[in-house]
Amino acid sequence: MVRRFSTEEGAFQCQRHCPGGEGTFRGLAQANDTLITCVDSGVLRVWHGDDKEAPSDPLLELKVGPGVCRMRQDPAQPHLVATGGKENALKVWDLQGSEEPVFRAKNVRNDWLDLRVPIWDQDVQFVPGSQKLITCTGYHQVRMYDPASSQRRPVLETTFGEYPLTAMTLTPGGKWVPKGPGWGSEGILHSPPTPPASCLLHSSVIVGNTHGQLAEIDFRQGRLLGCLKGLAGSVRGLQCHPTKPLLASCGLDRVLRIHRIQNPRGLEHKVYLKSRLNCLLLSGRANWRDELEEPRKHSEEPPENTEVDELWASLEVAAKRKLPRVDQGLRALEAQKRKKRWPAALSPQPCE
Amino acid sequence: MAKTREKSGGSGKKSLKRKAAMEEPREGSVAGDGATEGVVQPPKATALPPGFSISEIKNKQRRHLMFTRWKQQQRKEKLAAKKKLKKEREALGDKAPPKPVPKTIDNQRVYDETTVDPNDEEVAYDEATDEFAPYFNRQTSPKILITTSDRPHGRTVRLCQQLSTVIPNSHVYYRRGLALKKIIPQCISRDFTDLIVINEDRKIPNGLILSHLPDGPTAHFKMSSVRLRKEIKRRGKDPTEHVPEIILNNFTTRLGHSIGRMFASLFPHNPQFIGRQVATFHNQRDYIFFRFHRYIFRSEKKVGIQELGPRFTLKLRSLQKGTFDSKYGEYEWVHKPREMDTSRRKFHL
Repeated sequence: MVRRFSTEEGAFQCQRHCPGGEGTFRGLAQANDTLITCVDSGVLRVWHGDDKEAPSDPLLELKVGPGVCRMRQDPAQPHLVATGGKENALKVWDLQGSEEPVFRAKNVRNDWLDLRVPIWDQDVQFVPGSQKLITCTGYHQVRMYDPASSQRRPVLETTFGEYPLTAMTLTPGGKWVPKGPGWGSEGILHSPPTPPASCLLHSSVIVGNTHGQLAEIDFRQGRLLGCLKGLAGSVRGLQCHPTKPLLASCGLDRVLRIHRIQNPRGLEHKVYLKSRLNCLLLSGRANWRDELEEPRKHSEEPPENTEVDELWASLEVAAKRKLPRVDQGLRALEAQKRKKRWPAALSPQPCE
Repeated sequence: MAKTREKSGGSGKKSLKRKAAMEEPREGSVAGDGATEGVVQPPKATALPPGFSISEIKNKQRRHLMFTRWKQQQRKEKLAAKKKLKKEREALGDKAPPKPVPKTIDNQRVYDETTVDPNDEEVAYDEATDEFAPYFNRQTSPKILITTSDRPHGRTVRLCQQLSTVIPNSHVYYRRGLALKKIIPQCISRDFTDLIVINEDRKIPNGLILSHLPDGPTAHFKMSSVRLRKEIKRRGKDPTEHVPEIILNNFTTRLGHSIGRMFASLFPHNPQFIGRQVATFHNQRDYIFFRFHRYIFRSEKKVGIQELGPRFTLKLRSLQKGTFDSKYGEYEWVHKPREMDTSRRKFHL
């Protein structure tokens, strides 16, 4: 069951039934008026975006393999999705292309005892600006894959901590590359006078594990840049602001925290939300306060984020589910006055 | 210097004090010393120049003397002030202002934003859909398995036996070196609802793992101050088969609320209790005190209690979401001493 939630009205607008496959939703995405859903048992379906139609058959159905933990869409190319899971290696699928995956990752070599290294991809991220993918695993590894290169094995692998890594997000790096695909018009940190179209080069990821430890890892060198403190429970959702050095994190300890990643690294703000938080989503609007009175302008915003703006879907929780709905937290959040210019809205994309 | 040598012959406290009085204004006022030498000084009056503290006296004996004298002075002043205040209170009688409440760490506790409001509907919804809902809806009745870490010693074994008399419908099993992850599916198939593992170190029990079974949360506690039945003074006779009443005190925060529910789910949910036994879980400053008493109401207001049963203190170390899986499980709350214990007035339970 997929429901559409509108933050302006603060209520669910409509819902649609997306049956098929067992298990919880692990990925939800929207591409050109179609809805892509992926379930735990590995059934990936593409539906018509038009909700008014009666529950129709999916446009496309793919079997990804059982035990999927995450399905993510490439923000640059909406027809590419990546899936990964427990004993389910990373695969990149082209929804317009064939039934076979475009890229299928290979497991690393056997370890020093000649034992097979188990696979458990918990989170996948596409690195914009190139074809690379980064995954974090339940065996506390962070790996980078490059489909453009000849090897199917990970290009880079590092480990962090001793506990499974559950969530990951890319940080906007401090470097500027002139004349790349447009990202955001605001400058951050030490920005020189830049040409109008500029993009941020990502160089690090932030991962969170089941003990509430957050770490920033540089994926070019594979080293740990620093840690963020504060969380007491398992990290379930992470997202970085596209231009400012801010990170929103939520977890099972029922608190939404916003950290500053650089100069200095630390906790900015935290909000107690009464349910166990599962997932979070940042609004695409950069200047939220200014736009309260004015009608929303799409021209300033980067094109990738308007999809995010439009799609506010929430999943209905069956009565027996362990985790309660997050949308109550969402309503509570909307009711509070926000200090920051952008709201961190909560809506579970992969939800149990 | 010659003068001090003369004085040292008559060594008594008085002369020492006089010497101290004269010695303190040290350099630069030797002439002054000479002038005051002959004057009879009251033994306890000292004139210290400003900006001079007792700790600057280099002589340990004299310094100690000055300090004890100062302390006595302080005590006298304090006593005098108290007496005065008391007299004033008595004089005012009814019009006296109320006594000021002394500050304690519990009084000064930092307000916790996660404090549960009893009317909160989100919390109520949460409770209706969490793992303890079947228990609170009377759909399941508790069945507990008590075990220990491998090869327990006498104290731990006796604690397990006494705990099984305290908690109704509980069974003690010897561990036999089995892995918990293998015990848990077997327990679930035999309809156990909770698993208690008492960890032992150096012949004394020091940890408790409480796991709610069909996929419920697992709480790991540090256990201290364990007293078995025979170590409790003035105790009553052994507990009977009656189901005890439960008292959960002071579990105010959201985390405390969840832990309180975990403890409550160990005992049968029956408001009409027979028997006069009560098990108390009292939370104070993040330590949970477990006591087991028998009570009798002598009149409307007076009650007599006898302590039976074991007594111990618990401190929560972590609360994990699924059944016991310390490596791959997801934690709802982990105690991190360097991050969380920075304030003496902030508590989590």
